[in-house]
Amino acid sequence: MSVQSCVEVNSEWGIVAARQEGRSLAKDIGFGNVDQARITTAISELARNIYLYANQGKVCMEVVELFDKHKLKRGIKVVAADQGPGITDVRQVMEDGFTTSGGLGAGLPGVKRLMDEFSIDSKENEGTTITVVKWLR
Amino acid sequence: MRIPILKLYDYLLISIQVELDDQTALRFQEDLLNKIHQEGSSGVVIDLTSVEVIDSFIAKVLGDVIAMSNLLGAKVVLTGIQPAVAITLVDMGVKLKGVPTALDLEQGLEKLQQELER
Repeated sequence: MSVQSCVEVNSEWGIVAARQEGRSLAKDIGFGNVDQARITTAISELARNIYLYANQGKVCMEVVELFDKHKLKRGIKVVAADQGPGITDVRQVMEDGFTTSGGLGAGLPGVKRLMDEFSIDSKENEGTTITVVKWLR
Repeated sequence: MRIPILKLYDYLLISIQVELDDQTALRFQEDLLNKIHQEGSSGVVIDLTSVEVIDSFIAKVLGDVIAMSNLLGAKVVLTGIQPAVAITLVDMGVKLKGVPTALDLEQGLEKLQQELER
């Protein structure tokens, strides 16, 4: 099964649209209340980063499956991609409290804690792609 | 979209019933401060029962609005934070330090009274 849906983020409304889409998918897969909130919040942070630092980009989400110890695991994968300026120092943005936007600086490290898997790929002047996964327990 | 602010004696009551986008949150900040100033309110209860997502930006706006209200002389109590939202906020590392909270509106008004008597 491969259902992918993407939300374009080029305004503040894109942030709301992305998290609504994420919540509804998380609900469909069978995530509980708390994980729905975690996933929705993580998407909100990722979409906001796109809007804030790259002006535009997209957030795509899909259901993923994996055989792990003879059991089929299901989860949600979220890919947030932009062609913005990129992140010069990835280690720095992963530190709690670091912010260049006057925010709380809880964004990316927070997202990492909310989700099960987190990877970031960023090239200066080319863009940033952040991929996160949350597995159903 | 505007969040309605209700007046009850010296207090202001706000129940956030909409999905908070950035603009709505920032407009609310301004509206609330103007209302406190205009009415001379001493206390504010913001009820978050219907709020399903508080990300770091919304948390910052809420924290700011509380600090700003305090500068105007009004105490603010947050009520009705959902368990899932509380868990997410702590996971994220967002601490609303020193912010009085209560389970529901009723307890929120009691808390406000205690805060104002201190």
